[in-house]
Amino acid sequence: MSRAATVALVDYGAGNIRSVAKALERSGLRVDVTDSPAAVRAADGVVLPGAGAFADAMATLRSGGLEEAVKQAVEAGRPYLGLCVGIQVLFEEGEEHGLTPGFGLFGGRVERFPEKDAEGARLRVPQIGWNEVRFQGEHPMLEQLPERDYYYFVHSYRPVPTDSGVVAGVCDYGGKFAAAVANQSVFAVQFHPEKSQHAGKRLLDAYRSWVETRR
Amino acid sequence: MSLLKRIIPCLDVDKGRVVKGVRYVDHVDCGDPVQVAQLYDAQEADEVTFLDITASHEERGILLDIVSRTAETVFMPLTVGGGVRSVQDIRDLLNAGADKVSIMTAAVHDPDLVAAAAAKIGSANLVLAIDARAVRDAAEERVPGRWEVCTHGGRRPTGLDAVDWADRMAQAGAGEILLTSMDRDGTKQGYDLELLRAVTDRVSVPVVASGGGGNAQDLAAALSDEPEGGHAQAALAASIFHFGETTVGEVKSALLQMGIAVRPPSPSGEGASGAGPASAGS
Repeated sequence: MSRAATVALVDYGAGNIRSVAKALERSGLRVDVTDSPAAVRAADGVVLPGAGAFADAMATLRSGGLEEAVKQAVEAGRPYLGLCVGIQVLFEEGEEHGLTPGFGLFGGRVERFPEKDAEGARLRVPQIGWNEVRFQGEHPMLEQLPERDYYYFVHSYRPVPTDSGVVAGVCDYGGKFAAAVANQSVFAVQFHPEKSQHAGKRLLDAYRSWVETRR
Repeated sequence: MSLLKRIIPCLDVDKGRVVKGVRYVDHVDCGDPVQVAQLYDAQEADEVTFLDITASHEERGILLDIVSRTAETVFMPLTVGGGVRSVQDIRDLLNAGADKVSIMTAAVHDPDLVAAAAAKIGSANLVLAIDARAVRDAAEERVPGRWEVCTHGGRRPTGLDAVDWADRMAQAGAGEILLTSMDRDGTKQGYDLELLRAVTDRVSVPVVASGGGGNAQDLAAALSDEPEGGHAQAALAASIFHFGETTVGEVKSALLQMGIAVRPPSPSGEGASGAGPASAGS
């Protein structure tokens, strides 16, 4: 392994890609910021960042051939890291700005937080700030992470998986929700590791070692 | 486990330099916003806010450059406000690396701007800033429960009721309210808890308290969910951190002792000491 592993950081115009690129580099990865499907297929891993609306993200990813390229990379077993919108697009559909189909790699929908919590108290939406995530299940990433850590969230919508077996991390905001989901080639989170200081670095370091062992 | 309250140092930036004087440690050029942001990152602030007070719109490029340089070196949430006039301004700041962008005067001039911006970029990254001043009657007595939205550093009243305005803009799509009491700003006499309660109890988006924070007790009062507290989700403060009176870590330790749920400082060795940019992000 003479050269560092290279990940394709998918640039679909969703803003704030610079922080993600720098944070991945800090964890020792080479980063190819790209909107090219060929580059996505060629990389050792794929990172899909995001901020903004589900429907806009899907429209751009679909029209540029990036959806297909990302799915092919996942099928080929390349480690996929999804951040914020990058977790949401994995599901069957999202309800932001009308129902929009997603990648469909995970069963379930992306729904807005409810207006009230479990006790009937008002829930402030969006969730903005630091909240604790408890990790669960088995995954190469989780071997490198503490059982729980604080991460930075800023979102109004969150995934609601149909299969609880895919949930890799749980957070509580007006009730428990899936803050991380995973399968053999996917680890995706609703929060922003690139903004989560030391905890974020731990997670991106874990991603680097996962990519390196898969290469 | 649940969402934690946030502590947010705020920097006033003019033509690319931090103003109001920041002096924290000797080896840092404290006029450089990027270095100051690194300092607060090392202290594990929950976010940092840049407020651009540059008068001229032509100098916008300087701010964008600072935002990008900050986003490249500081792995913490960054909110930027001041002089934001259009959806394009918001987009430019987000693309440069801001996580949230705040609008104030432009929303007063064009109340449809918030809805237009929310439709394009979503609510979660869109902050409405309000400078509120207590309404006084002809005898200069405070009218209870009434605050007016002001612009131009509090000098220009708009006639808008601050609580109604906050509610209206939250409905229109603002994802957070940054609420500054102009009566308390710079006084270190504590936040205007009545104003905070009036707004936090009305809107269903998060509210950031600003103006008057002089010590940890003030921040605790603003963040408290008790009936007499401010019920705010975050507290913004400038001078108590800038002048080295205290660190974010010290304030957080004090808040935890007062029963306010904030993110605890990391165990030593992880940068909680505020050792400065040399160790930040290493």
